[in-house]
Formats: sequence, C-alpha cells, structure tokens
Amino acid sequence: MHDIHVIDPVTRIEGHAKITLHLDDQGEVADARFHVTEFRGFEEFCRGRPLAEMPALTARTCGICPVSHLLASAKAGDAILGVPAPPAAQRQRRLANLGQIVQSHALSFFHLSAPDLLLGMDADPATRDVFGLMQAEPEIVRRGIGLRRYGQEVIEAVTGRRIHGHGIVVGGVTDPLTSDQRDGLRAGLDEALAAAEATVELSFGLLDRFAAEVEIFGRFPSLYLAHCAPDGTWEHHDGTLRVIDGDGAIVVDQFDPAAYRDVLGEAASPDSYLKVPYWKEAVSDGDPATGMYRVGPLARINVAERFGTPLADAGLAALRDRVGRIASSSFLYHHARVLEVLASLEHIAMLLDDPVLLDEHVRAHAAPNRRRGVGASEAPRGTLFHDYEVDAHGVVTAVNLVIATGQNELAMNRTIRDIARAYVTGPELTDGILNRIEAGIRAYDPCLSCSTHALGQMPMVVGLIDPRGETVDERHRG
Amino acid sequence: MSPREPRPTVPVTIDGQEVMAVEDETILSLARRVGVDIPTLCYLEGLSVYGGCRLCVVEVNGDARLKLACATPVWADMEVRTDTWDLREHRRRIIELLFAEGSHICATCVSNGACELQDLAATNRVDHIHYDLGFAPNLPLEPVDASHPRYVLDRDRCVRCSRCVRVCAEVEGAAVWEIAERGGNSRLVAEMDVPWGEASSCTSCGKCVLVCPTGALSFKGSAIGEMRHDPEVVAFLARAREEEEWLDRSAGSGSASEVRS
Ligand code: SF4
Ligand code: FES
Repeated sequence: MHDIHVIDPVTRIEGHAKITLHLDDQGEVADARFHVTEFRGFEEFCRGRPLAEMPALTARTCGICPVSHLLASAKAGDAILGVPAPPAAQRQRRLANLGQIVQSHALSFFHLSAPDLLLGMDADPATRDVFGLMQAEPEIVRRGIGLRRYGQEVIEAVTGRRIHGHGIVVGGVTDPLTSDQRDGLRAGLDEALAAAEATVELSFGLLDRFAAEVEIFGRFPSLYLAHCAPDGTWEHHDGTLRVIDGDGAIVVDQFDPAAYRDVLGEAASPDSYLKVPYWKEAVSDGDPATGMYRVGPLARINVAERFGTPLADAGLAALRDRVGRIASSSFLYHHARVLEVLASLEHIAMLLDDPVLLDEHVRAHAAPNRRRGVGASEAPRGTLFHDYEVDAHGVVTAVNLVIATGQNELAMNRTIRDIARAYVTGPELTDGILNRIEAGIRAYDPCLSCSTHALGQMPMVVGLIDPRGETVDERHRG
Repeated sequence: MSPREPRPTVPVTIDGQEVMAVEDETILSLARRVGVDIPTLCYLEGLSVYGGCRLCVVEVNGDARLKLACATPVWADMEVRTDTWDLREHRRRIIELLFAEGSHICATCVSNGACELQDLAATNRVDHIHYDLGFAPNLPLEPVDASHPRYVLDRDRCVRCSRCVRVCAEVEGAAVWEIAERGGNSRLVAEMDVPWGEASSCTSCGKCVLVCPTGALSFKGSAIGEMRHDPEVVAFLARAREEEEWLDRSAGSGSASEVRS
C-alpha cells in the first residue's frame, strides 16, 4: 500500500460521494477509500445545551434518520436522569423505531436500489431511476410507496406532525397514544404485510439474477455487531449487544452498550470527517482496518437466531437455505432489509395488541442523577450510540456519537476495493465501474445526503490513483 | 366593575377611521379597542410601559418623527397612521436586527411554534436577514444559565424586552432581574450578576418565564418546540388585584386560576 491520496480538495463537492481507488505497481487496485465529508462539528452544536434539548437537536442536525437520533438521545437522557421511561413510553418508542425501519428500508430498497436491481446496472442512466421503474414495474413501485407511507404513519402516531414537541423526549414521550391512532395503524397493517411478503419473494428472484454480484459485492468474513435478545431473538431497540465472528461464533454476548468504549476504538481518519470505529480486540499490527465489523440489517440477521415472528422467520430460513447460516456478502444487505420490513410489521402487529401501549403515563420527570449517560438503539442502518456528559445543572459538556455509517466504513472500503478489483481492467474509469461502485455503496445504505438522492444517480467523484500518487483518471457524476 | 367617573373622550382618526378615544389612554390601547393591529414586543398589558423595542411606532399628523404607540397618549383631533410603507419597512428592520443579534434558530429552540419574535417575523414578512449575523449559527455567545432548579435562561435568545424585569419587580415584588450595561452589550442579569440559582431574592414563582416572548426563559426539561408561555397571566393578575377579585366569595371560589378559567 502506498500513501493515501485524497482527491484534490477543489474537487470535494458537498453532497457527493468521494471515492479514491489506489493502484499498486502492477496496476491492480490495492485499496479503496470512501471519504465521508459530512457530520462536521456535531459535538460543537451540542455542547452547552440543556439535556432536554438534545433529542430534537441531534435529530434536526443529522436529518437523514431523525427518529433514530431521537431514540438514542432520549435513552442517553434517561440514563442521565437515572430513571426508566414509563412502560407505555417504551412501547411507543419501540413502535416508532419499527416504523422508521419500515420506511427507511422501503426507501432504500424501492427508491434507491430497485432501479439498479430490477432494470439492471447497465441500463440507460436516463431511465435508471424510480421514474423509469415506475414505467417498467408500476406494481412494485406502488408497493414501495405504500410501505413507506405506512412506516411514516407509524412514526407520526408517536412523534406527531404536531408543532408541540417532538413526541420522543428525555424521560419518555410527550403524549399518550389514543385508541383511534392505534386502530388507524391496525387498519393499514394487512396491506403493508401483503406488500412486504411480495417483496421478500421478489428479493429471492434477485439472488439468481445477481449471483455474480453476491460473490463480488463485499463477500468476506467479518465481525457483526447488533442488539440481540439474550435468547437470540432479533432486537431493534432495547437490551444488550451481541457480537459474532464470520463463522457465527459468539464473540461477546449480553454486552451493555454503555460500555462500548471498552470494546470499540475510534480512529480519526485524515480524509474523513467521520471517526472510524473498530473492534479493539481484533486489531493486529496496530492497523484499525483489521478491526473491521459490520452493523445494520445484515449484522442483525446474522447475529440473531430468529426474528420471533412466523412470516419473517420463514423468509429467514429460506435465505439461510440458500446462503448458509451467515450471510457474508454485503449484497445481501438488500435481502436483510426486506426481511426486516416484514419482521417489523409483524412486531408492530404485536405491539398494537399490547394494552400497555395506550397507558396514559408516558413521561418520567427527574433532575439529572448521573453525570454521564449512553443511549443505544438499532437505527435502520445499524447500531447508534449517543454518549453524553452533563454538568451539575444538566447542561451538556461532552458528546460522542457513534453512527452506523461510520462503523460500516471499513467494510465499505473493502467492498469498493473488491468491486474495483473485479471490474477495473485498465487505467480508465468506465460507466460500468462507476455503476457498480455506486451499487456497492448503496448496499450499505449510508446515511449521507448524497446517498439518499432519490431521483436518479448518486452524485460521485471517483479518482484512480497510481502508486506515485498521480491521478490517472477521475470521473465526476451528478 | 368598581364604580368610576366616566372619563372624557376626544375624537381621533386612526388609519382613516374616526373614533372616540378616552382622554389619556395611549394610542396602543385605543388601537386595540377599535381593532387596529399594531405590533408590539416589549409592551405587556399589566406592566409599566418600557418603550424599548420600538416596534409599535406610528405616524402622528404626518410628522416624520415617529411616535411609540405604547407610550404616547392620545389628544384631540390627532391623526394616527399605523400601516404606511415606511412603518412596515421600519418594523421589518427592527425584527431583522433582533434576529441578527442573537441565536434565534427556530428549528432547535424550545419555544418554536410559540414565540412572539417568530410570529412577528411571520406577520411582518421577514424572510431574510440583511445584516451580518452577530453569532455563528448554533454556537453560543454566552453559556446557558441552568443553575436554577426549575428554569433555564438562554441569553442568546433574549431580546432585552425587560418584561421579566418588570413582572418580577412590579407584580411579584422580588426584583431579581435587571438589564445591565448598554446597547449591544446589554444583558439580563440576576441580582448582582449571579447565577440564577444563587439569587436569594428569587421566589421561584415563574412569572418571568411565563411572560418571556422568546425561548430565553423556559421551564427546565422542556424539549425543543415544547415550551409554552402565558403572558396574559399578567393582565389577569393586574385586573384581579385592581378589582380585588379573589375577595369576591360570591364567585364561589378562592383560587385565582379557577376565577380565571
Ligand atoms: S429573558 Fe425574555 S422576558 Fe426577559 S428580557 Fe429577555 S426576552 Fe425579555
Ligand atoms: S411595544 Fe412600544 S416600544 Fe416596545
């Protein structure tokens, strides 16, 4: 490996994915880097603010998955108060998270990835978007829109469109859920479940069509980290973490997320604003890249033994029949997402039947009783940690956020490298290479504004760097 | 109502409308009575007149020197205009300056959706700040004072309207607050500039929080967008004291809040 060369700062365009491919002396791709230039100064915004402002402040500032930040932040706040949120509030929060998983995964699969997956990665870029897909496969697009809308309805039932507060707050939630709201969510559930089942079926068809991509797009052993119930059931919001290795052996189990610093290191990267977390114990030769682990849908379905719901468990069993107990290709993030949509809907159904959900005691009030608190939750993209310290009056003095996209960065680099190795055959960056790199990144659904451009291609800058650090080729797109 | 001599009236023209004003009342009180809307910020019914924000300016008899509606008594045959192009421009400029001066990021403010500054910007069509911002967005100029067990003061959101100062001195009788220094440096201080939680004269009544027009004073534990003020409480208290409402047992209640509702 030679020096890391960043694409010249002048070509750094906000809202673009920036990728550099580094060639060795033989002209082979030795390494790849995905540069994250967002998330600047987050800690600065938060320092000095009263604790109660943190959930909405972090949700507003990091707007791609606001519900996830509301949840992790409120949990960190609860930890500082030293009181648990009332049972109804905990159920409402779980409901909101399930809604967020449904809507976020539906956006990722249908709006962002389906054009590639269903129209083909070499289809005409002018029509390789959700509009082109609407022409070719209107029924599928309608399903995606319906699932997304349902997820949003679930979120809104908890967080509201109301100006008055943001639903999810330190100590619980702002308002009880009404029986009307619950009945409204029940009414849409059957249609959403049917759409999710059809989508699981559709995703199995893709396994044959993209057999090559399953091999090339990030198929490597790694650690996987996710929340998981002690009995091995899929978990998305509460409890403890489980980490498994590439063979499925448990590395740690029932690990308290508040102690994340004991196991995760955070490397500052010169060419990225995002700190890169790594699994400390796995690091060899002082190279953080050896501590790579994956989070998110793929990690969750690998870490868990079952979803605990019949339809999703049938789908999970079928996937394991095809790819084995551990789904090791990052291409399978898509399948994990689709299965999680189905599982989330089944879990929503169970929550809606729980009478505690409507209980009117939804908020605990207390002064800060601890100086530090960590809140963790499974964001759609992976485990999210909020870690705050406060002064004696509850004003925030230090903030550390560990976000899913940062945790997946090492795996994304590796995935882009593998793709580049397979498709880069000369000193030139072709459309085919760019399309596949883009699809490789999309598999992780990174939470960057560039990646969530719904209407067409991801804006990208890709540089090909030779061993002397010279840029051999550079392509801008979008 | 306690019996009083009816006060003499004088004819006044306001925005072309001929009305009878009560002698000695202010232009603002007349305008409100006859349904003419004049924007205000520092004025609050039930408190003394401060005349600090200058949003209530009006034109009198075409004079280029504008008058404060909240502080100017009416006189016979006065001709008031409240809504000229110049006045609208003037108000917009004041509102813009208030925004430029502090950290008024509505989306991350506890009072979002219930802020008089935000409302003023909306009703006066301020959608752009033409001045250099006196702060870096989201970075505090002054640390938040959260030392009081129940309330929080964020001076970066304070518009120095002095409502809190007056309500504390005039209604609660505690006089905890003062505006120290002048002009751009002026800042709200508790007692001799001590942390609020150490101000021994504070009775923790919370009236200052209720009258604050922005998110500067808030209840501790308020999430963003959750804070709700209640400035009308002052007019209610003033009236109730004047009329000795709580002594009226025939109202069937001893509690002020019940009388009020
Ligand atoms: S704290 Fe509120 S009420 Fe007091 S001067 Fe500032 S803006 Fe006015
Ligand atoms: S309302 Fe008259 S000067 Fe403020």
